[in-house]
Amino acid sequence: MESYSRRWFLGVGATTLISAAGLTACGSGSGSGGSGSGSGTITAMVYGDDAVKIQVKAAERFNASAAARRTGGKVKLEKVPASDYPAKLRTAMGSPNAPDVFFNWGGGSIKAYKEANQLVDLTDVIESDPVLKDGFLPSVLDSGALDGRRYGIPMRGMQPVILFYNKTIFDEHKLQPPTTWDQLLDINAKLKKANITPFALGGADTWTELMWLEYLVDRIGGPEVFERIKNGDASGWGDPAVLKAAETVKQLIDDGAFGKGFSSVSYNNGGAPAVFARGKAAMHLMGSWEYSTQLGKFPDFAKKHLGWCAFPRYEGGSGDIRNVVGNPTNYWSVNARTSNRDAAIAFLKDCASEEYAKDLIDNGDIPTTSNAAKLLDASPNPEFARFQYEMVQQAPAFTLSWDQAVDPSWQSPMLTEINKLFVGKSSPAQFVSALKGLK
Amino acid sequence: MSSTVTPVTKEGPVTKDGPRRNGSGTGVRAGRPHTAWILPGVLFFAFFAVVPMVLAFCLSFTQWNGLGDPVPVGLANWRKLIDDPRLTQSLTVTVLLTVVSWAFQTVVSLLLGVWAAGRQRNRAILSAIFFVPFLLSSTAIALLFYALLDPNFGLIQGDTLGTTSGAFLAIVFVGGWQFIPFHTLLYQGGARQIPDVLYQAAAIDGAGRYRQFFSITLPQLRNTATMSSVLMIVGSLTYFETVLILTQGGPGTDTAILPYLMYEAGFRSYDFGYASAVATFLVVAATALSLLLVRLTGFGAMRSTREGM
Repeated sequence: MESYSRRWFLGVGATTLISAAGLTACGSGSGSGGSGSGSGTITAMVYGDDAVKIQVKAAERFNASAAARRTGGKVKLEKVPASDYPAKLRTAMGSPNAPDVFFNWGGGSIKAYKEANQLVDLTDVIESDPVLKDGFLPSVLDSGALDGRRYGIPMRGMQPVILFYNKTIFDEHKLQPPTTWDQLLDINAKLKKANITPFALGGADTWTELMWLEYLVDRIGGPEVFERIKNGDASGWGDPAVLKAAETVKQLIDDGAFGKGFSSVSYNNGGAPAVFARGKAAMHLMGSWEYSTQLGKFPDFAKKHLGWCAFPRYEGGSGDIRNVVGNPTNYWSVNARTSNRDAAIAFLKDCASEEYAKDLIDNGDIPTTSNAAKLLDASPNPEFARFQYEMVQQAPAFTLSWDQAVDPSWQSPMLTEINKLFVGKSSPAQFVSALKGLK
Repeated sequence: MSSTVTPVTKEGPVTKDGPRRNGSGTGVRAGRPHTAWILPGVLFFAFFAVVPMVLAFCLSFTQWNGLGDPVPVGLANWRKLIDDPRLTQSLTVTVLLTVVSWAFQTVVSLLLGVWAAGRQRNRAILSAIFFVPFLLSSTAIALLFYALLDPNFGLIQGDTLGTTSGAFLAIVFVGGWQFIPFHTLLYQGGARQIPDVLYQAAAIDGAGRYRQFFSITLPQLRNTATMSSVLMIVGSLTYFETVLILTQGGPGTDTAILPYLMYEAGFRSYDFGYASAVATFLVVAATALSLLLVRLTGFGAMRSTREGM
């Protein structure tokens, strides 16, 4: 009896443990269609947010097209909920059920796949095909490249980070969108007096906090500061601009600029956009997809009350107010193990089509295709479309989001340190010294 | 379980178990069943527990990002584990969570269980309602509480999950809400087994309700309490979904318990070698702890609570 019970408890301990680790892995790997099955169908794994309807339409269009009949392939989309996407993609790519085509952020986000020889090098495909070669803005094609080779086809809109504001609240309190940091602080004080949270912030998702540091470091020290960090030089975090940016953020937090509960608010589950749309907060620093998110969830707010401006200049800082941070766009990449490479590439070509660009425009996105400029007037909000297009076109520097740009091994510790800074678990000085210690 | 029944039948009160045993047993050939009977259990355990455990142990000596083949790196992951300041913090949080959860769940489920063992009006209906949370999945429960705790639109507004104590207590509470029904059931069953004669004798001796509870009910529930506690403690060590959904280990790293640390190393940083080292450590720690508990409480000997009756 004694040994029986002991073994049993051992089993309980071990089984629960392993199911935590094992089931996560098993669960993530299932669901994608077999790339090695030899049948013509190809699976495309995509980030499942509001904008995914554009890829749904593209897949339908492709499946009915002559190209699909010629290559004998049909596309099946696999939509993955936002916050799980990177982990699910990684597990799937390491399994026999890998997708044929997958959504990514270019740069650091596909480095590991490239090193494992899992990507189709699209450089020659693009060069030899005028539809692809002339179809996209060259700078955007380059942003998805690694060591000068291209692995991705742009498939979503431009995603610069923009300071959104509630026009109605601004009018009521006779405020103008800020162009300098001092003006921003002034607006902050006035809004707080009126009992309105100045800025919505979905602090439960650290990447929303990251945007504040990205812009502040750029405005204070210029794009060169992060350029050095991105290339793997951890001592770059010691640049005075990083400390200054962290101190500036700290002042805003202590001042209550994000409200009290910001670290419990999530962006991914719609909390922060709702706070902003319902007038509880007056401004929201967010990627340009905020417009399509609001158009989907609070159309009335998006159409009547949503305003936008560039992130303000910082007095005494060396960064240009026209500099932009964010994601140039997202990309489709092709798995080297795909069973139907021709169909995969034919499907990617649809992204350069006018129909695809129009779908993006209808969704409030700005395509990165060469034909985008002439389509802007057809946008549901041509004013926002032109603002965004010109913002990116005229930007002296476009800094890729830090979490996508740095080596993947830095990503998680970097985000943890940023979160600790925002919730007050570490001081700006501790923040800098922790980041300098990244290996 | 027939082996446990055999010795007990010699005692008086259990004779009513006789017919049931004959129904389930194989008639004349009472005693141990054939060894082949353990095969399904052993195979299941080997495939879903032993094999992954061994694989994780092997993986802890490699570097692997989930793609391609793991590269052997010797003891590098284990050295990193010992030097990792987050491990110390994680251990502290894990132990704290285990102790506080145990205290909270034991007190509440003991009281509820003893109450539910009685014959009051409405008892059956209320007990059924109390049991509902246990039927929901942990993920559903965590998502539900995440919505309830939303600082702007939730039922309990305020920065609950943004403060260290708030986040910690939220995890303890949500875990309790889910598992208390199960432990209540254990205590209810245990309390039902206490012979009425003990209470009748105590009543004659003039013992009040509180005296009866502390002098009869509690000592009689000794074995139930041990089993429930071991399940709670081992369960708390492997607690995961609630932390992932409610706090993501935050604020900062203040609720990053060991299983979350393992998840983060594996599925955020794609450092599966290091994650396996954390997992192996967790297996060893949890096994050691449950063996220790069994030894300390004398549960292995399983002394009857009815000795001398």
